[in-house]
Amino acid sequence: MLSRVAENLYWMARYVERAEDTARLLSVNSHLMLDLPRNLPLGWAPLIEMTGTLAAFRERFDTFDEQSVVHFLCADTQNSSSILSALASARENLRTTRDVVPREIWEEVNHLYLGVADHAEHGVSPRRRDAFLKNVIRSCQTLTGLIEGTLSHGPTRTFIELGRQLERADMTTRILDVRSASLLPKNPEELLPFENLQWMSVLKSLTAYQMYRQQVRLRVRGPDVLRFLLQDPHLPRAIACSLETLAHELQWLPRQDRVVATVALVRADVIDADIQALAHSPSKLHAFIDELQVGFARIHDTLSATYFVNSEEVPRVTQRQGQTQSFGAEEEGD
Amino acid sequence: MSQVNWNQYACRDYFDELIAAPGQPRASADELCSMLARFSAEELAERKTAADIAIRTMGITFTVYSEGAMIDRAWPFDIVPRIISAREWRKTEAGLKQRVKALNLFIDDLYHDQKVVKDKVLPAEVLAQSVNFRPQCVGIDPPHGVWAHICGSDLVRGADGTLYVLEDNLRIPSGVSYMLENRNVTKRVLPELFASGKILPVDDYVAQLYDMLAAMSPRSGDDPQIVVLTPGIYNSAYFEHAYLAQQMGVELVQGSDLLVDEHDVVYMRTVEGRRRVDVIYRRVDDEFLDPEVFNPHSVLGVAGLMRAWRAGNVALANAPGAGVADDKVVYAFVPELIRYYLDEEPLLPNVPSYLCMFEDDRQYVLEHLDELVVKPANESGGYGMLIGPRSTKETREEFARLIEANPRNYMAQPTIALSTTPTLAGGLPQPRHVDLRPFILSGPDIHVTTGGLTRVALVEGSLVVNSSQGGGSKDTWIVETDEQDVDSVEQSGGGRHAVTSR
Repeated sequence: MLSRVAENLYWMARYVERAEDTARLLSVNSHLMLDLPRNLPLGWAPLIEMTGTLAAFRERFDTFDEQSVVHFLCADTQNSSSILSALASARENLRTTRDVVPREIWEEVNHLYLGVADHAEHGVSPRRRDAFLKNVIRSCQTLTGLIEGTLSHGPTRTFIELGRQLERADMTTRILDVRSASLLPKNPEELLPFENLQWMSVLKSLTAYQMYRQQVRLRVRGPDVLRFLLQDPHLPRAIACSLETLAHELQWLPRQDRVVATVALVRADVIDADIQALAHSPSKLHAFIDELQVGFARIHDTLSATYFVNSEEVPRVTQRQGQTQSFGAEEEGD
Repeated sequence: MSQVNWNQYACRDYFDELIAAPGQPRASADELCSMLARFSAEELAERKTAADIAIRTMGITFTVYSEGAMIDRAWPFDIVPRIISAREWRKTEAGLKQRVKALNLFIDDLYHDQKVVKDKVLPAEVLAQSVNFRPQCVGIDPPHGVWAHICGSDLVRGADGTLYVLEDNLRIPSGVSYMLENRNVTKRVLPELFASGKILPVDDYVAQLYDMLAAMSPRSGDDPQIVVLTPGIYNSAYFEHAYLAQQMGVELVQGSDLLVDEHDVVYMRTVEGRRRVDVIYRRVDDEFLDPEVFNPHSVLGVAGLMRAWRAGNVALANAPGAGVADDKVVYAFVPELIRYYLDEEPLLPNVPSYLCMFEDDRQYVLEHLDELVVKPANESGGYGMLIGPRSTKETREEFARLIEANPRNYMAQPTIALSTTPTLAGGLPQPRHVDLRPFILSGPDIHVTTGGLTRVALVEGSLVVNSSQGGGSKDTWIVETDEQDVDSVEQSGGGRHAVTSR
């Protein structure tokens, strides 16, 4: 498989996952806001933080009011991480490689982008927002289903899966990081007001609430949620599980030793983490999550050096704009 | 109730490909015309719908730039095939082979000894002012001495029934994928007629193309690494690039996928690492092929590709520089070139041409601007042309000035009354003008496609067959007939001063 084709597939999957995860975040936050009293210092700002777009947002808007944040994350063409921009990038990446996937996959990506673009043009009103976000999530899930059900196991599928899992793991750490900063109590025995409700929303944004209920069987408490989302080997959106899938997919590729080793290191960090200690110290947790994100960036760099840039060459700076803009890259500017 | 009545088909003004006279289909078209006459209006409409659906589901598209965006349009297709008798085609095929053989000898000569100029067959000024002559190619010996491996020659039929060569496309001719897909669609839509086995198949093209490319490989071995090099998805012929790569089972690459190392070897970047490339079927123009040698700003090409080609480490089809023979002034000399290189009389005539560089011709052209088509030597796609009968006084005066200023750059031809063929319009077959582009592959052997791509001007009276301007296409059938073909016309010789066909 050509390196360019592999790289395009990988980014296509990352962008689709990014669009879906952003839609989930927005959807859950909307519901949470309805349940919380007005005076709670939460609001919409954390979403901007989670998506790593703080600097870009501040350039354009003065306040983190609902309308600005929702527009910025859904339909802003100047925000390269908005749902609209992510889907446009996904479509561009697939457009040049559409011959390697079943036609329906291209059609679904195309259809989704065109629908979102059309919606964005007319503005995402609060009344229609829920339907809009649900549609994005469902359509992304349809794509996942199409890939699962129609794409042969091989390098095409592997690169799509690698992109999806890495983006997913990245997104889960962002949600944990931002939410825990405001949610983890200084004293673990103390129960913050509405804490329970907010941890539930964290689980719900990852569609992990029912799974948590079935598996953990405890009331929703910070440390347990943290352990579940970091270390559970079975929950698809848990970080350990994403890394496990990554490692599994890599075995289908040639020359995978370095990437496999990099993934194993990050995975060991996650598995060996002392959750009790992290749960008791927001600053420790923050440092730990920073470490994980550096690990994800390293996985990406190793993948890129091995498969996208030819490893025999000096790594070149990729010029394709929009493709290399990950959340991490933007945070550096903050 | 029958819908089609060939007695009412208006074919008096032009030579018609299918109908010799009202109510009289040509022998090769007899079976098709009788069948169409038996169809009810509904059945005819159904067949047309079936074709439209087939084109959509098969994803046959071409790309146009419209309102700031690139869009894929469904390929405009007419279900009534254009038919040529096998007897006539055999002669045409021989003529095309002869022509391409001479053209390749000519190109090879230009990049070596230039005997043709020394012997004064081609005036030195024609070569001196050729914009497609590439000094970078002088002295290179491509495999089999072939430069134009894939040639698409445009043929038109005049009022007297003679097939003329209108031009030879020796750079990166396109359209062959549509020729193949047109046949696939027609087989679905008119399967009855294929049962008799008289229609010759076209589908060996891809295999011949692959074999030809494989035979060019600089490395011995059974498994040469062949790639198709495309400028990318925004190119109007991207569908064809992807189609041919897929049909041949080779990689479709862009310039950025390839690299040339310090040993002048070409590689492609794959997830397995570098893989050596032996043969490149390039669909990128010469000027963009290698920024080291040609346009330094090109991002479509591969830096060092010319080094690798010169070193014999990679084969390129078509060879850079082949376009030197793809020049409207050089065109006029092709009959002479055939005589010079092959010592044979040309089997296919040129459209008579007047070269403004010659005083007599120039005088004639300037006096007859209102009836001639004037073409600049090196434009393609119909740009910068004067169509005399439809021109204004001002444009004629402007062209007169242009011709006087740079006579070498202009040639003129009489307007050809392009032949027509029945084409569905408003539910009935109506005469529409057509041309034909056969493709000729030159390797160790020369192969000509069975027929070619018939392009049709869908608008009544229009002569523009280009798909971006209301043109469409149709399947081309070469049909074996039992009887002596009454339509065949004596081929006239191809001197450039032959009498006009009007």
